[in-house]
Amino acid sequence: MARRELAEINAGSMADIAFLLLIFWLVTTTIDSDEGIKRQLPPPVPPDIDVPQAKEQNVFNVKVNFLDQLLVEGGPLDIEDLKNSAKSFLIATGDGIMSHPVGREVVGRNREIEIDSETGNAKFPERLWVRKADVKMRIAEYEAFLAAADTENKKKNYTKVLDSWKEKLTTIELLGGDYKELPPSALISMQNDNNTTYNTYLQVQNELQTAVNELRDELALEKFGRTYKELEDLYDRNADDIDLLNQITAVRSVYPQRISEAEPREGSSYY
Amino acid sequence: MGKFRKGNKRGMGAISTASLPDIVFMLLFFFMVATVLRTEEEKVRVIRPEASELYKIEKKHLIRYINIGVPMDKRYGTEPVIQLNDAFSSLSDIQEWIAKERLTLAEAEQSKMWVSLKVDQETKMGIVTGAKQELRKASALKVLYSAASRKRTGEAE
Repeated sequence: MARRELAEINAGSMADIAFLLLIFWLVTTTIDSDEGIKRQLPPPVPPDIDVPQAKEQNVFNVKVNFLDQLLVEGGPLDIEDLKNSAKSFLIATGDGIMSHPVGREVVGRNREIEIDSETGNAKFPERLWVRKADVKMRIAEYEAFLAAADTENKKKNYTKVLDSWKEKLTTIELLGGDYKELPPSALISMQNDNNTTYNTYLQVQNELQTAVNELRDELALEKFGRTYKELEDLYDRNADDIDLLNQITAVRSVYPQRISEAEPREGSSYY
Repeated sequence: MGKFRKGNKRGMGAISTASLPDIVFMLLFFFMVATVLRTEEEKVRVIRPEASELYKIEKKHLIRYINIGVPMDKRYGTEPVIQLNDAFSSLSDIQEWIAKERLTLAEAEQSKMWVSLKVDQETKMGIVTGAKQELRKASALKVLYSAASRKRTGEAE
């Protein structure tokens, strides 16, 4: 029986349709991805609590006025120099294994890092030694406390402290020696005016973040052969990797990220 | 018995493609309608500042947006305003909005909510600080300052 063969449908124009759709999607879907600078806002402070003031020498002050000008550590500064200025603050006394050629770098325009003539270290901010022997002693101490603890609450508290000391021990082992850490009160403080433009605000945030990131990258590259960002990305993909986590913690404990924003002030101010 | 073709030269006539544009237009209209329903309308003009230290949020469903900028429509004024979802809002609406948006997430993910601040670069900080204070009060502490990407300062082009 002769059956009529089905004619092949001309598919030549399918490509055109596809292209049309493609172009349509390209044009309509918003390309702006959800990228930005991440920040953790501080929890609200009850009005009746006094916030303890950090030691002046431990705080890197950045103020931005209503004309978008910067006042860094008491002196005017261009935003291009902010990154390096913040970096010198973070590595100021980094001796020991954290040796960086600090020299007499200018921090702020009016203030040079004071160098101690005897040790050759900069005087601010005061970094504190974390030494292996001390840390081991502390761990033994708290293990004894924990063994003697009678209430659940005490146990929980001791475990917390113990963990933080153990963390320091791993850090020392990973870095290959004792290190100095910034005192808990050390921070970068930023204050802006209500009439500062958002762009300037974000640029300042960005420069401060760059300072921390670059130092972390440098250290991570030196010790672990990867930049800090690579470590974090790897850890994101493989959250079970304890080694990676330890490496990240080690870098973080040498260069903690403490960028704080001062409580907003009323009205426009001239400084 | 059999019918004989004269050689193979006479194929079928080409199928008319005259209706193809109609099909494409139908698709076009379909997508136009569908996408309008899904994306939120931008009512304020936002030109994002540029920054180099960007963080990308992978889980997009956790993000809620606060847009701050001058209204596109001049009839609503020339001062920066806040847009939550599709509506102009004031600072005092933020806390309630956060509470409402939190409920749209699964319980386990409610604490992981991100608030992305899309703020025009010319905006004065006053309104942004106000919004941040409201977010703090609402305990929505994870914030992303939305920005476009650029090279690090001092890095070669």
